[in-house]
Amino acid sequence: MADLSMTTEPTPVPAATPMPARRSRLSRMRDSDLWHSFRGHPSAIFAACLLALVALTALFAPLITPQDPYDLSALELWNAEIPPIWNADGQMPYLLGTDTQGRDILSAILYGSRISLVIGFASVMVALAVGLTLGLIAGYFGGWIDNVIMRVGDVLLSMPFILIAILITAVATASLPTGLKDVLAAPILILAIAVPSWVQYARTVRASAMVERKKEYVQAARLIRVKSWRIMLHHILPNCLTPILVAATLNFGLAILSEATLSFLGVGMPPDQPSLGTLIRIGNQYLFSGLWWIVVFPAVQLCLIVVSVNMIGDWLRDALNPKLR
Amino acid sequence: MLAFLIKRTANAAFVMLAVALLAFTIFRFFGDPVEMMVNEQATQADRAELRERLGLNDGFVTQYTRFVTNAVQGDFGISYRNQQDVMVLIGDRFPATFELVLVATVISLVVGIPLGVITAVHRDSRLANALQLGSIVGVSLPSFVVGIMLILAFSVTLGWLPAFGRGETVDVGWWSTGLLTPSGRAALVLPAISLSTFQITLVMRLVRAEMLETLRTDYVKFARARGVPAARVQWVHALRNCLMPVITLTGMQIGNLIAFALVTETVFQWPGMGLLFIQAVTFVDIPVMAAYLMLVSFIFVALNTAVDVTYAWVDPRLRDDTAKAGGANG
Amino acid sequence: MKLRSLMLVSAAVAGLAGAAQAENVLKWGANRDIGSLDPYSYGDSFTINVLNHVYEGLVRYNEELKIEPALAESWEILDDQITWRFKLREGVTFHNGNPFTADDVVASLERVSHETSPLKGNLPAYVSSKVVDDLTVDITLNGTYPLLLNDLTNIHIFDKEWMEANDSLLPTDIGSGKEGFATYNANGTGPFIVESRQPDAKTVFVVNPDWWDTPKHNLDRIELTPVTSAATRVAALLSGEINFTNDAPVQDLPRLAAAPNVEVLEGVDLRTVMIGFPFRDTLVSGEPNPFKERSVREALYKAIDLDLIHQKVMRGKSRIAGATVAPPIPGYTEALDTLPGYDPDAAKALLAEAGVPEGLAFEFNCLSDGLVNEEQFCQAIASMWSRIGLSPKLDVAPRAVQTPKRTNGTTDVYTLGWATLPMLDAYSPLLQIFHTKEGNSGVFNWGGWSFPELDKLIDAAGSELDTPKRLAMETEALQIVKDEIIMIPLHQQPMAWAVTDAVTEMPLFPDNKPRLWFARVGSGS
Repeated sequence: MADLSMTTEPTPVPAATPMPARRSRLSRMRDSDLWHSFRGHPSAIFAACLLALVALTALFAPLITPQDPYDLSALELWNAEIPPIWNADGQMPYLLGTDTQGRDILSAILYGSRISLVIGFASVMVALAVGLTLGLIAGYFGGWIDNVIMRVGDVLLSMPFILIAILITAVATASLPTGLKDVLAAPILILAIAVPSWVQYARTVRASAMVERKKEYVQAARLIRVKSWRIMLHHILPNCLTPILVAATLNFGLAILSEATLSFLGVGMPPDQPSLGTLIRIGNQYLFSGLWWIVVFPAVQLCLIVVSVNMIGDWLRDALNPKLR
Repeated sequence: MLAFLIKRTANAAFVMLAVALLAFTIFRFFGDPVEMMVNEQATQADRAELRERLGLNDGFVTQYTRFVTNAVQGDFGISYRNQQDVMVLIGDRFPATFELVLVATVISLVVGIPLGVITAVHRDSRLANALQLGSIVGVSLPSFVVGIMLILAFSVTLGWLPAFGRGETVDVGWWSTGLLTPSGRAALVLPAISLSTFQITLVMRLVRAEMLETLRTDYVKFARARGVPAARVQWVHALRNCLMPVITLTGMQIGNLIAFALVTETVFQWPGMGLLFIQAVTFVDIPVMAAYLMLVSFIFVALNTAVDVTYAWVDPRLRDDTAKAGGANG
Repeated sequence: MKLRSLMLVSAAVAGLAGAAQAENVLKWGANRDIGSLDPYSYGDSFTINVLNHVYEGLVRYNEELKIEPALAESWEILDDQITWRFKLREGVTFHNGNPFTADDVVASLERVSHETSPLKGNLPAYVSSKVVDDLTVDITLNGTYPLLLNDLTNIHIFDKEWMEANDSLLPTDIGSGKEGFATYNANGTGPFIVESRQPDAKTVFVVNPDWWDTPKHNLDRIELTPVTSAATRVAALLSGEINFTNDAPVQDLPRLAAAPNVEVLEGVDLRTVMIGFPFRDTLVSGEPNPFKERSVREALYKAIDLDLIHQKVMRGKSRIAGATVAPPIPGYTEALDTLPGYDPDAAKALLAEAGVPEGLAFEFNCLSDGLVNEEQFCQAIASMWSRIGLSPKLDVAPRAVQTPKRTNGTTDVYTLGWATLPMLDAYSPLLQIFHTKEGNSGVFNWGGWSFPELDKLIDAAGSELDTPKRLAMETEALQIVKDEIIMIPLHQQPMAWAVTDAVTEMPLFPDNKPRLWFARVGSGS
């Protein structure tokens, strides 16, 4: 699934349209173009505002929620299963009701969004860092290094994304002691999502690096003994930023979805530090008991987040794709 | 051509060996197989004896070789949980998953292609924009949420369709099919829709992108100029040009759908390979996990290789390695 | 030869069932699948319960849960006091047509008590058995033992010839890397015959027309489908896809009861839910283990608001328990059934007095597929304990994952449900849980405790043939268990079955085991 969003529309191969080496002014122009395009896209504006709202409420969750849903001693079973406030049995301060442990749903959603966003963001960052580094190395040096890196990538891409992620989390959780498992649940998920997705970045950068390194200016830079990492950093990387930015945005949405899916399947975040996926998994047991609010609100929040990320990614791709302009 | 074929096959074989290494490593080092096999009263001596008998004291390479040799012959051992031959277990469920994936694929093509054409032809119309927006929502909805909502609406509230299982199945040879009975077909509807949501939007977006390109080509413009009706040009001439990539995508996606079916199967308690795998994961049933991983990867790699080879056969330029290195990455 | 005749039988039966498909079908949606078709290779009460429809024991429980003759017609204890002589029923045949004889009984007892059998603990006193004549068997025990019949209710009898022909005389040894024939084939004497089995998907049983007993049921066919998700099970019942479930989720009972086509059968299970403590020197974390102190155990007991759990988590359907066995179990007395009272302040004081550090972390091991609402009550208890200044680390996972940790002692505090099955006597938990771990005793003594005085009482009760005397000893032993707070009893869990109106008769048993040979469905369902 990782590379699908990319294959749907042909991404511009950066090497095919060589850009002048001086980038800074150009990128400024491009940014302003972007800004124009952004203002002309109400759906993108809407998505960005929504995402900002979600991110801010998640960030400041401890300040605005009535309860810390992770603090076991704050849960009071007497307050379990209170319906949302507009219902006759609703109670302040539980605006969206409580779950079967007396956990405030709104607090759980805000804290859960926090986990979902952090895991999504961090996994994209890890994948980017690994992918860019390995891609540059592979493309620039070529030879056996290239071979090894790309073969590992081939192997990863020959297994479905979700399968790798499940295996990593399952292996990690089964082999760690309970105490560590709780602490490491989030890092494991980040890793599980990042591992299968770095290959895509690496391939893009590698293709670009392979073309660039044959160019005269790189050869010249080499001759005057500019360090190879400087060449890579200053000349090759900027050239492939566009497709990578688009891919990273779309992958951010995908990463949030993957985290939710893993947690829903029971191999993600544990029930005492629930992410949105965990909340849906728990709420799913009460689907027919009339306790609809336990499952519906987290599901809505999850969909809102992913839809807005994807809207922004979609707009970004169209805006940056020269062919569609 | 032959050289290319050999090269691609060797490549695929290498990838499978690496997957096998991964599967084996999990198999060997994740959880102690002996702990999972013995009953709770076993003594330390019992355990040591079993360890020796299973060959767990042999060297890593010896054990890996044995694992691969057995795997090639389809022998993945006995499931810790069901105490049955793993390949038999997986073989029993393969038809369920395959039929689900097949129907989901058909739905995605039947719905996705027309939607893609409409959004491309009437670009920037209100309908196309709404569909585009809809497709973003489509890729963004987690398939388990879609499944839960479908059950809530069509099984619980309306009572039209079953919420779980496969209904009645009929055996055709070793293949158990649910397509031949009314209850089997009814049971298939909701899971197939839920699995195809993502795929529909994928097909739709691909068709739209390809159509946009094709509609700009001289060939289409020429046909229009010759007086062929617009609808015919769009739906026949242009669409025909887009089908190859769609078929390719569909072929390559089957592996992904099989893997992703495990989410759908969990929601709908669909007795396929995915549900077996998820249960194996929660029960730490390593032989089943290893076999499933190998099988799905095999399907994946085989499809990719087949697509590559077909392409190379159609377009000889792709056989040339240098052209490949500079070009697109599949 | 044998194999072919079995295949012929099942083919004929399958043909019959196919012809009469519109007939009486019980569609049973269970919360899980059976582990195997081999009751001896999978020591698990649900599996044994389901397979009891196919295999039978020498004796069985009747509708009042009293022991009555089944494959044995009568029995006596011989003069040496340790040998029991069983007279077998004549004219009984296995599903493959083989006659039932004393050879079958001996072979089955040898198989179940073989050292690789996970079920050997269910027949603790067994030493050997021998054929006296075709229909007479002697079973020799390791001492005087009052509860052999209770044990035998769940020891299923296999066909010796069938086992020999299929290399299944020993229990399936998973280490051998070969699957056992009996794992997916069955040949018993019971009221139903296995027609087909697809693990985790469907197991179909058809009626045995040649059953030796007069059937009270009118079923032609039982389709057992595991539906693990509680929500899906409810949906399936409401839509009539299944017409019986032996596990209706407690939280959905009001909705089910309100549905016009569904009837809910409720009761209190015999299963007592308990919390066990570690008695090792250190906790898993390496810290010294405070739970060896009685006062610390008492503090944890007092910190649990049993009434709140009863009302909120169990929705008022459980029975709060003070004793480690349920009232109907012989050995129970009302005096055992008292509560310490919920008092978090006293609990805190006790902890302080015992010098337990603030925020002491320990593992709390619960099952995600175990007791009724286990995950929920574990979370609730963890939150109650954290309110008296402890930091329980909740570890919830499936039984298959948790059991090794519990038996290896790589966890601290844990849950355990005990219904005294199949013995239905207080001796069962005393021997299997509370006795020091040695040989067949204390198999479930996961905390590693040892109270010599208690062991002495249990051993004495285990060889006392005089029932009132034996029960007095058991009660005394249970009192020690209670005074020492070896385990905290929480409640007897609720049990709820539900049937649609297609089912006309479904007796609910307090041991929570469906016995479908007593069930009837309306014709034409």
